[in-house]
This record gives sequence, C-alpha cells and structure tokens, in this order.
Amino acid sequence: MFKAKNRLGLVFFPAFDWAISKTHPEREERLLYTQDQIFEEGIQDTEGIEFYNPVIASEKDVSRVHIVVPNVASQLSQSHLVAAGGAIRAYKAVMEKEVNKSFALVRPPGHHTHRVVYGGRGFCTVNVGAVALERIRQDYGDLKVAIVDTDAHHGDGTQDIYWNDKDTLFISLHQDGRSLYPGTGSIEEFGGPSAYGYNINIPLPPGTGEEGFLYILDNVVIPILNDFKPDIIINSAGQDNHYSDPLTNMNFTAQGYAILNERLNPDMAVLEGGYSIEGALPYINLGIILAMAGLDYSHVFEPDYDADKLKQDTAITNHIEKLSEAVYSLWRHKKELAEEKFKNKKEVTRERKIYFDTAGITEHQVQKFIICDDCSGLSVIDSSNDESAHILAITVPRKSCQYCIDKAYAMYDSSNQYPYTNVYLQDRCNDNYLSK
Amino acid sequence: MIIGIDVGGTHIDGAVISNGNIVKTSKKITDRNNLFETIWTTLKILLEDIDKSKVSRINLSTTVSTNAIVEKRVSKVGMIVQSGPGMNYDFSRVGDQLEFISGYTDHRGVVVKEIVEDEIKTIRDNFIKNNMESIGIVSKFSTRNPSHEKQISEMLIDDFDTVAMGHSSSGRLNFPRRVNTTYLSAAVNNTFREFAENFEKSLKLEGVDVPIYVLKADGGTMDLDTAKNNPIETILSGPAASFMGLSALFSEIDDGVLLDIGGTTTDIFFLADGVQLFEPLGINIDNHKTLIRAIYSVSIGLGGDSYVRMEDNKLKIGPQRMGPPIAFGGEYLTPTDAMVALGKLDGGNKEKAVLAVGELAKRLDLSIKEAANKILDIMTGLIKEKVDNLLIKINAHPVYTVKELLENKRIEPQFVNVIGGPAKILAPLLEKKFAVKVKYPEEYKTANAVGAALAKPTIEINMLADTERGILSAPEAGIYETINRNYNLEMAENRALEIVRDSAIKLGANKADIEAEIVESNSFNMVKGFSGVFKNIRVRAQTTPGLIHDWRSQ
Ligand SMILES: [Zn+2]
Ligand SMILES: [Zn+2]
Repeated sequence: MFKAKNRLGLVFFPAFDWAISKTHPEREERLLYTQDQIFEEGIQDTEGIEFYNPVIASEKDVSRVHIVVPNVASQLSQSHLVAAGGAIRAYKAVMEKEVNKSFALVRPPGHHTHRVVYGGRGFCTVNVGAVALERIRQDYGDLKVAIVDTDAHHGDGTQDIYWNDKDTLFISLHQDGRSLYPGTGSIEEFGGPSAYGYNINIPLPPGTGEEGFLYILDNVVIPILNDFKPDIIINSAGQDNHYSDPLTNMNFTAQGYAILNERLNPDMAVLEGGYSIEGALPYINLGIILAMAGLDYSHVFEPDYDADKLKQDTAITNHIEKLSEAVYSLWRHKKELAEEKFKNKKEVTRERKIYFDTAGITEHQVQKFIICDDCSGLSVIDSSNDESAHILAITVPRKSCQYCIDKAYAMYDSSNQYPYTNVYLQDRCNDNYLSK
Repeated sequence: MIIGIDVGGTHIDGAVISNGNIVKTSKKITDRNNLFETIWTTLKILLEDIDKSKVSRINLSTTVSTNAIVEKRVSKVGMIVQSGPGMNYDFSRVGDQLEFISGYTDHRGVVVKEIVEDEIKTIRDNFIKNNMESIGIVSKFSTRNPSHEKQISEMLIDDFDTVAMGHSSSGRLNFPRRVNTTYLSAAVNNTFREFAENFEKSLKLEGVDVPIYVLKADGGTMDLDTAKNNPIETILSGPAASFMGLSALFSEIDDGVLLDIGGTTTDIFFLADGVQLFEPLGINIDNHKTLIRAIYSVSIGLGGDSYVRMEDNKLKIGPQRMGPPIAFGGEYLTPTDAMVALGKLDGGNKEKAVLAVGELAKRLDLSIKEAANKILDIMTGLIKEKVDNLLIKINAHPVYTVKELLENKRIEPQFVNVIGGPAKILAPLLEKKFAVKVKYPEEYKTANAVGAALAKPTIEINMLADTERGILSAPEAGIYETINRNYNLEMAENRALEIVRDSAIKLGANKADIEAEIVESNSFNMVKGFSGVFKNIRVRAQTTPGLIHDWRSQ
C-alpha cells in the first residue's frame, strides 16, 4: 500500500448519534458518506495516516475562549465538548510530534461562535478551532498562528475572538456577505486597535470557481502568510464553497480544495460547514486528506464533475483580480492605516447586534478595547439580550502587562451584580476564569 | 461423535469428541510436502476402533490454501479492476495481469458510468492469449451494487476455470482489501478444490459418509461445498483452532488474555466479556491485507526455544529460534534450558543445560539459579509488555458516536489463561507480572484439535437498507432485495437476524446451534429536498460466537 509523505493524524468523529434536529443540515447523516468513501478507499491501511478518538474538552478549555451565559454546562452538550475535544486531540498530535499534520473531521462546526455565547448560531455553539488553538497555546507556549477559513460563510465568530490579537492572523475567504449568511465579512473589517490588519476578509462574488479561489490563494493569502511568518497554519476547512452545496452559490470543486490545501500547506485543519453531504463531502474530504498526507489526489473528482460547466465567468475573474490588489495593498499599509485610525485614542468601542438563530435570541453588545502602550489591552464587553440577560465580561488577553491584569481584577471586584445578571473575568494570562 | 483435525505447520493434531468428552487424541508430525497423506494418516488413527456410523461430522482446519499462497503455488490470475475516481492505487502485486477498466458506481450504489463492453472483450481475449487460468473482478463500492462485477463475470465465465467477484468476499468497505481478497480467492481456488475432491473421494472409499466442515480464521466452520467456492476463507485457521480449544477448556465471562506459548512463538488472544475479539477489517497473509474475517491474534517471536544471548551488555531473548535447546541437543541457549537447569522441566540433559546457563551466569555475575530465573523473568516480562502495548491499541479503537466515546468501553483483563509446553512453569511468573489470576489446564496438548471439533458455522453480514433506492443488501449472503419506503430499523434488524440464521443453516449448522445477534445498528435520516425523508439503515449482524451445542450443554 501507500506510504504518506507527511504523517497525518485524523480525528474522524461523525457523531452518528447527534443532530440539531432530525432534518437539519447538521444531522447524523452529514459525514456518513464521507465515512463510506474514506473506508472504501482504504485510508485506514495507508501507512503514515493515524486515526485518533476525540478527547472531551473541559469547561476550562471552553472558558479560555468563550463567555458562556450563564455558564458552560447550561449551553454546551457533551457533543459540543466532544467536537472541540476532537480538534484538541488533532492539534495535540501535531504539537507532540506524533504526526506532521492533522485534520479534525468533527461536527458540529464552530466558526460562527463569537466570544459571548447565548446559544447556537449558524449551526455552531462553541468555536471548536479556537478552543483547540487556545488549549495548545496553554500547553505548548506562545505561538504565532495564521487561520485561513475556506468556508463559504464568513468566519465571523473566529473574527470576533481574534479581532484584537496580533499573534493570530485570521483570513476568511467567503461568499460575499451581501448574498449570504451571516452578512458580515467585508474588507473594511480589518481588526481591533492592537491588531489592525490582522483580520483579513476576502468576500468573493457568487459563482467563484477553482480559478478564483486559487488566484486569491496565490496572490493574496500566500504572500501575506510569507510576510506574517506564522509558527502554525490552520485551515478552517469548510466545504460549502462547492458547486453542489445547497446553501451557497459558489463553484469550487474537490480538486480545487485539494490543490488549495497542498499549496496552503496547513499544519492542522478543522472541518467547518459543508452540506452537500453526498455529492461533495466524500470527495472534498478525501482530497484534503490526500493533499495533507502528500499523496496523489489527481484522481479525486466528483462523479458529475464537468470542467466546462464550472468555468468561471470573466466578469468574476476581473473582479477577483481587483479585489486581490485591494486586499494586499491594505495589508501592506496596515501600520499607517492603524496610526491614522487610532491616533490619540485611549479606547475604541464597537457596538453590534448579534442574532442567535438556533436559540432565537438577539444580543446587543458594546465592546470596549482599552488601549495600553505595554500590551494589547483589556476588552470589556457589556452585553444584553432580549431574554433579560445583561452581562459584563472583562478579558485579559495573553501577554498582558501587570498593570492591565491588576486593573481587570479591580474592575471585576468592584463590579456589583446590579445592573448585571452576570459578571465574568477571563484572565488568559493566568488561565483563570471567574464569574459571579 | 465429532472428529476434529488441525493441520499445523509442525504438528497435525486430531481429537474425537463424544458426548462432551474427549475420547481420543492424536499428534503427528506434518509432512508439508504431502499434506493429503498427513491428514489421511491421522484420520485413519482416529477412525480406528470407533463405530464409523456414529461419526456425525468431521471438522478440518487445514493449511492447504495458506501453503499455496505462501509457497506461491497458485493459478495464473487475470485481474479486472474498476477503481473510478479516488485514490491512485498500486496493485502491482495482485495477479499476473492487471487491467483497469472504465465505469463507476458511487457510495450509494448508484451506477454513475456504465462499463464499456468492448473494453472487457479485448481484455478477455488478452487473458486467453496469456493463459490466465482464473479471473478476479473488483469494482469500487461493489458491495453497494454488484451489477458491474456480475455483468463482467457473465462475459468471462465460460472461458476460465474460476471467476471470483469482489462483492461476495465481504460487505465491509475497503476497496484495496477487496482487490487483494478477490485475487487470493481466484488464486487458490483450483488448489483447494482439488484437495477437497480428493478428500471426499478417499472418505467414500473408506466407507465414511459424513458431512465435512472446514475451519475458518474467525473460529467458525463452513461446509466443504461452500469452502470449494470460497477457499480463501480457510486460510490461517490455525490460531482460530487453538483459540476455540482454549475456550473449550476454560469458560470465561470476563475480559481476559489467552496465551499459547509454543517453541518458537507465543500467540496472544483477547476476550471481551468472555467473547473473542475479531480483526477490525480482516487478516493479513503474505503481505496482502484482506477482508477475511478472523479472530484477533498476535504472534510474537518468543517461545521455549527462542535464542537467549547477551547483546550490547543486555540479556536478549528471541525473536529468532536457532534450533533445539541445548538440553535437547541444540547449540544455543534457550528458556527451555533455564527451566531444565532449575529442575522445573524433566527430560533433556540437565548437566548440559546447567553448564550453558552457568556460562551466562558468569557474564552476568550471578549464580546459576539467579541467571536461569532472570531468563524466565525477562521472557514473561516481554510477554506482559507486548500484551500491554496491544491493549493500548485495542482500547484506542475508533468510535463514531458520542455515546460510545463517553462510555469508553475498555478491555481490562481479569485473568490470563495459558497453554503450551511451558505453561505450568511460567504461570506463577506470569501471575506476578500481570497481577491477575493465571490459569493453565492440565490437558491442553491437543486443544487445537478439540477447538476444531467444537467449532460451528459462522457468518457475519453487513446489511444496508436504503429506502430511497428501495434496496436492501447483505453482500456476504448474496442478498440484494427490494424494500418499500416504510422500511425501518426494527424490520431491518429482524431481517438481518433471519439472514444470519438462514445462512448458517446453509453452511451446515444445526438449528440448535444457531444464535444470531446484532453487533451494530444505525438508522440515518436522508433528507431529499422537498421530496421527503428517507432512511439509510445499517445493520451488522453475526452468529453469536461460541462452541457447538453438544459441548456447551455439558
Ligand atoms: Zn459555512
Ligand atoms: Zn497593558
């Protein structure tokens, strides 16, 4: 049989006993045909590909990333902890050098989950990839990380979590938010005051195919990664850019996903969305597995693949070329742009409305970034929802200065319950998470 | 009365079982060059002075197919492989001529692209020209829909001795293993058929007219006619025979370890709640990974005759055997010599053993007794280490549901049962290492023949019911039937049990011996646009592992 060039760790956990509801796209059947394809291809017998079971993420793993209201136990089921634990296991396999690369094929996905969690939104309740990343940062020290999100939907949750984190470059390739959930993801969303330019959105027009995705990869994503020089590259491997996906309008292919993965050369990948469960997922997942393992994927095609039909429109190609230039130019000028934007500011505030579609809850959030000369500064969230929750959440980011740490604890101590229903302190420096 | 025969690499063992008692045994040397004579001699010994009319069956565990493969005395095989989109395979070790063809069936069993008949005809002519004797045909996802394999088989069946099709070997998904299995099946078919026919003829001449069953690697049997069509199932049934023998000698309901310590190797088996583990996919033979169901067993190069020496200032044992122990005329030190030197094992030349261990003792700066004990300590330590490593692997087996993951069912051995020459001597040492009860039976020398005698017909099916396509398949039983839209999990489970029972009877089981069980079962909702919700039901069922009724009822 074959020997993988890169030793690849797979956490394949289809959660055959869990669904959002019986007929929801995120149902038991979602990875069934992917499993069939992986089994039939004999991936289990390929030397150098190792399978691992998920571990179960702890409440602390979740609290490192999220403010779950009122608490982790009330919002997250065991299935969510297993999905996050699956990503943790996969990432650890790389950090422990058990393998060179890893892919967590877990469900449900996570990239729509913001820092504050009132319930499920966009099929996600916990940001699986972020929980795993913060766990390995906790266990293996500081890491400069680039996350490239190739899901068709804007990775708004991951964007929110790493908005002000200069050590985590987030790049999202997605169908333009004007035509698809969640609506965000414009190129103007460029990061918080301490990380301006480290949140990069590349909204693509409906109908973008192989040509467009690979153009963006070669002309924007890879040059930016070369500038950024991350220790680790993670692919948020959503698969709904596929031409057969029922929820989106893109024209990407299994071959395209495989080529993208080979060129991006991520250390880890985590499955996000993708709902063409019969016609696309088996082939895309196989393509990604083979590409990551360094094996020949040139024969991986959807049975109905037709290159002519999927040829990209010239108008789209032109648009993408211009978009590329615009995004890369922004990246190159991020420093000047930041100086101009945040000149003489002591704090930066953003105000948002966030809708939790699964739970049917609307959140109103005001987030304040307190600018510090010595560290990336505290984040203070004042959030309320239409179900009478009103919370205050103070976040101490990694590598904060002592002044900011002390200030955060003082703020937490002096915050009375009233008018808040809950007050949270998320101290990433000391891995300490408090609530009252 | 049942006759059990196990043909091993070195010995052929026989046993006659009557009313739950072992009434006769035999142990002879195997003549690998004349397997048929070897079996025949043993059978004659067993049949001597017993009432032939009282013999109800003969169970035979034979190495005919295994030897044919290992010694490469097989038919010339032409392989036709339809791999469709997916991985790029290297099947260069499979067959004498290998042809890839167009056409494709997907994971649901939907034919996406038809075969091209002219392509097959050209290949057929080529195979004939190149003197291929047997043919193997395998298409990807053929277990989901075997129509391409069947179509091609129809076109070739008249021109070759045997045509083996992939879907009949197993319902499990693994295309490369299906290719290997089908190749081996085509390759050994003639050899086994010839052997089987000779055996039947000779029995008839002897006036014995009883059903003959052949042992499989999963510890079960099948009747000789089925074996003739599926000879590959008979490979590597030796470890299965010894496992079944062990089960007969001990009856257990807990997790445990079974050890068979021989001269050259130690075979390791595991029990989960008293039931054997199976290989996750299938057995390996001659570097071919197959889909042939088999009892999980691991053989390590460590036995009574393993080579003991100093290497890099460390005492090493095995994995090689350099010949007989010094006490029995050999030249190299072995654990058996340590046992003889300690006076724990009678027979052999004790002085020579003491002398040999003494030399080692000097190098280790130990007394002779200490050195001998050290050898046995290291030997049992190696066994424990191997068992622990295997348990880590077994307990990490992949699970796919949240429930299974949270349950975290693990094998935690509560006992070790050991057979083989040094069993009695090593038992107390093993007990210390494993810290659980270690048992050994007094009479184990022909346990494998007893195991062969007591094995019963077994089958596993991997059933899939798809209410959108309206098809139910159970490839192992050759069943592809239509179902209606309202088919559900309960109906599927009942049908699966029925198929298992029917198949077992076809394989020659007594009604009293058949118990069927569901091993895995899942029902998935398939949501199809606005046309509604269908079901994709998957059931794995099998005959409940165990021994034939006569024995259990004792
Ligand atoms: Zn998506
Ligand atoms: Zn600071």
